[in-house]
Amino acid sequence: MSEVIDASHDHHDHHGPAAGLARWLFTTNHKDIGTLYLWFAFLMLLIGGTMALIIRAELFQPGLQFVAPEFFNQMTTNHGLIMVFGAIMPAFVGLANWLVPMMVGAPDMALPRMNNLSFWILPFAFGMLISTLFMEAGGPNFGWTFYAPLSTTYAPETVTFFIFGVHMMGASSIMGSINIIATILNMRAPGMTLMKMPLFVWTWLITAYLLLAVMPVLAGAVTMMLFDIHFGTSFFNAAGGGDPVMFQHIFWFFGHPEVYIMILPAFGIVSAIIPTFARKPLFGYDSMVYATASIAFLSFIVWAHHMFTVGMPLAGQLFFMYSTMLIAIPTGVKVFNWVATMWQGSMTFETPMLFAIAFVVLFTIGGFSGLMLAITPVDYQYHDTYFVVAHFHYVLVPGALFSIIAAVYYWLPKWCGRMYDEKLGKLHFWLSFIGVNVTFFPQHFSGLAGMPRRIPDYALQFADFNMISSCGAFIFGFSQLLLMYIVIKAIRSGQPATDRVWEGAHGLEWTLPSPAPYHSFTEPPKITDADAHS
Amino acid sequence: MSSGTDHSAYYVPENGWYPVWVALAIFLMLGGGAVWLNDLKAGDEPNITLTLIGLVLLAVVLFAWFAKVIEENQQGLYSPQLNRSFVWGMGWFIFSEVMFFAAFFGALFYARHFVLSWLGGEGDKAITGEYLWPEFEAVWPVVSNPDPSVFTNPGESMASPGVASWGGYLPFWNTVILLTSSVTVHFAHTAIKDQQRTKLLSWLGLTVLLGIAFLILQVEEYIHAYQELGLTLSSGIYGSTFFLLTGFHGFHVTLGTFMLMVMLFRAFKNHFKPEDCFGFESASWYWHFVDVVWLCLFFFVYVF
Ligand SMILES: [Cu+2]
Repeated sequence: MSEVIDASHDHHDHHGPAAGLARWLFTTNHKDIGTLYLWFAFLMLLIGGTMALIIRAELFQPGLQFVAPEFFNQMTTNHGLIMVFGAIMPAFVGLANWLVPMMVGAPDMALPRMNNLSFWILPFAFGMLISTLFMEAGGPNFGWTFYAPLSTTYAPETVTFFIFGVHMMGASSIMGSINIIATILNMRAPGMTLMKMPLFVWTWLITAYLLLAVMPVLAGAVTMMLFDIHFGTSFFNAAGGGDPVMFQHIFWFFGHPEVYIMILPAFGIVSAIIPTFARKPLFGYDSMVYATASIAFLSFIVWAHHMFTVGMPLAGQLFFMYSTMLIAIPTGVKVFNWVATMWQGSMTFETPMLFAIAFVVLFTIGGFSGLMLAITPVDYQYHDTYFVVAHFHYVLVPGALFSIIAAVYYWLPKWCGRMYDEKLGKLHFWLSFIGVNVTFFPQHFSGLAGMPRRIPDYALQFADFNMISSCGAFIFGFSQLLLMYIVIKAIRSGQPATDRVWEGAHGLEWTLPSPAPYHSFTEPPKITDADAHS
Repeated sequence: MSSGTDHSAYYVPENGWYPVWVALAIFLMLGGGAVWLNDLKAGDEPNITLTLIGLVLLAVVLFAWFAKVIEENQQGLYSPQLNRSFVWGMGWFIFSEVMFFAAFFGALFYARHFVLSWLGGEGDKAITGEYLWPEFEAVWPVVSNPDPSVFTNPGESMASPGVASWGGYLPFWNTVILLTSSVTVHFAHTAIKDQQRTKLLSWLGLTVLLGIAFLILQVEEYIHAYQELGLTLSSGIYGSTFFLLTGFHGFHVTLGTFMLMVMLFRAFKNHFKPEDCFGFESASWYWHFVDVVWLCLFFFVYVF
C-alpha cells in the first residue's frame, strides 16, 4: 500500500521497514538507503585500503618484493578510483541521506525511488570495475586520472569496462545530487529559511551543484575515450588533429571541483561538531556559507594547476596559479571560524571532537602544501612526486575521511539509539591520528628529495622514509577494523542514548527520539531559534 | 525559493522493485556492451545477447515504473509539494545534460582554437607542429589531417556554403524544423491550459511529426557524409567532433520525440489538466533544451 502521511492522524506505527532482504533491495526510506551507502562505503574503504597496503608493502624496501610492476600499477589505479568514487563520495551521500531530511524537518528525501536507484547502481558499477582485476588483460593500470594516451592507445582492453563503470557511477551521483537539491529546496519545514539551515545542509547543497556540473563532463571525457578506442575518432590523438593534453583539461575541469565535492561536506560536519563540544554557537555562520560558495565558484577556474609541467601558454600558467592561490582566502576564513568557535569555549574532547580538531589541524597542513603546489615554478620540482601524494592524502585522509569518521561517532547514537564505547573510540582516534601522520608526513620529504609517485621501486636514498611510511600505513589500516568493531558493538549492545545525546547539540535531528523514527518528521516541526543552525 | 505552504500531507511512495531492476538492467546492458565492443576490436565473434537482454529489461522496468507513477498521480496521491520536487528534478537533470554537451563543445573549441594553431606551427606550442608535421596546414574544417596515414582525410566537410545557398542546405532546413517544433509544442501547452483537446492533439501530433522529420533528414545527412563526402568518425578531429556533437544531439532528439509520443498517447487518454500536467511540461522543456543545443550546433559546427 502507498502511504499518505497525514499530519492530522498518527500513522506512525503501521509503516515500519519490510522484513528481510527485501527491505534493503526495495527500500525507499532515506535512513535505510543512508545505511546502505555507509556500509557500502566502508566495504570499499577496506578493499581500497587493502590495495593501499599492497602498495605500501611493496614500497617497504627498495627493489621488487611482492608484486610485479604491472600489478603495482593496477593497485595504484584502483586504490585511487575505489577510494574516491567508492568510499569517500558514497559515504558523504550516505550521511546526506541520513541527516538532510532530519535537519530540514522533512519526512524523507524528495524522490525516494530514485534514491534507491542511485544507491543500487553503485554495487554493479564497482562490481564491474573490480572484476577487471581478475580478467586476463588485468585491470585499469593508467592511474586514477587515466590520462590519454595511456588510457586509450596503450590501455588494456578492460578499459571498456572501466569506462562504463564510470558512466554508471556518474549516473548515480547525478541522480543523488538532484535528489539532495530537491530535498533541500523543496522539503524544508516552514520557517526553516535558507540562512537557518545547518551548515552540513548548506555544504551539501553546494556540493550537489558541483556534482551536477562536473559529473556530466567526466561522462563526456570517458565517452570521447570510448570513441577513440573503439570507433576511430581522434580527440586525444594529435595525428588526427586532436590533443592528449585536451584530455587533461577536460579531466581536470571535472577533477578539481571533484576534490571540493570530497571536502565541502566535511566542512559541514566539522561545523556541526565543533560548536557542540565547544558549547558555543558556530562563529561566523554567514561567512561560512559565503566562503563555501566562493570555494565552489573558484573550483571551476583553477583546474590547470594540475598541468603546470605539461606545456601551457605562460598566460595560462599565471592565471591558474593566481586563481588557485585565491582559494586560500575563503578556506582561511573557515579555519579561522572553527578556531574562533573553540576560543574560550568550555570544551570537552569526546571522540567526534577529537577527530574534528584533528581535521582542522591536519587539513590545514594539507591546504598549505596545496598552496605550495600552486606556485608554478615551484611545482616544476614537486610535480608527480611523493610531495603531491602527501598533499592530497593529507586533505583526503585526515581531511575527508576523518570528518566521515567524526560524523559516524557523532550521529551514531541518533541512528541506532545506542552509545559507542568512548574508551575504544579514543583508542581508535589516537591509533588513526598517529598512523596517518607516520604514513604521510615522511612522504613530504621523500617527495621534495625527488621520489616520483606511482613507481614500485625506488632509489636507495628514499629507503628510510618509505619504511616509516609503510609502518604507519599498516597501523592506520588495521585500526579501521577497530572502527568496525566499535560500531557493531554500539549497535548490538551500546548504552541507550538520550534524545539530545550531546548536551551542547543543537539542530532538529536532536529533537527526534533516539533511535530516530522510520519516517523522520511525520508533521512539519516548528523551527525555534535554538533548533536552527548550531 | 520558498519552501512552500502545502505541508498538510507528505507522500512517501511504497517500497518498489523497479529501481534495483533498473540497476541490474543497466549493468547487463553496459557490461554486455563492453564484452561486445572488445570482441569486435579483437576480431572475435561478437555476441550482443547480453546487451539486448539488458535493453529489453530496462525498457520493461522503466515502462512499469512510469506507469506506476502516472497511476499514483491519477489517483490523486501526489501533493503540490511532490510535484514541485519533480519540477526541480527535471530542471536540474536538464542542466546536467547541458554540461554533458558542454564537454563536447569544449573539446571542439579547444581543438579549433588551440590545437589547430599549434599543430599548424603558430602560437605558444608551435614547436609541436614544426617538429612533428611541418607540412600540416591549419585550416578549419580540417580536411587534411596532420598524419593522413593514421587518420584518413575526409573528402569534404559539412561546413555551411554561405547564407545565399541555404535553400539547398540540409542543416538549415533541420534548424527550421526544430525551431518550428518548439513553437508547436508551446501551442500544445497553451491548449492544455485552455482545455482544448483537439488543439492539444493536433499541435502535439504535429510536433512529433516534425521531430521524426528532423531525424529522417539527419539520417539522410549521415548517409550523404559517409557515402559521398567520405566524412566518417575516423576522418580526424573534424569528423570526431562533428559526429559526436550531432550524434548525441540526434540521440537526444530521439529520446525527446519518444517522450512527446508518450505524451500524445496520454493526451488521448485525457491525462492532462490545466493545473496538473507535469509530465507534458517536462517533455516540452526537454524539447526546448534539445532545440537550444541544436542552435548552438548549427552555428558552431556548421556555420562558423
Ligand atoms: Cu586541483
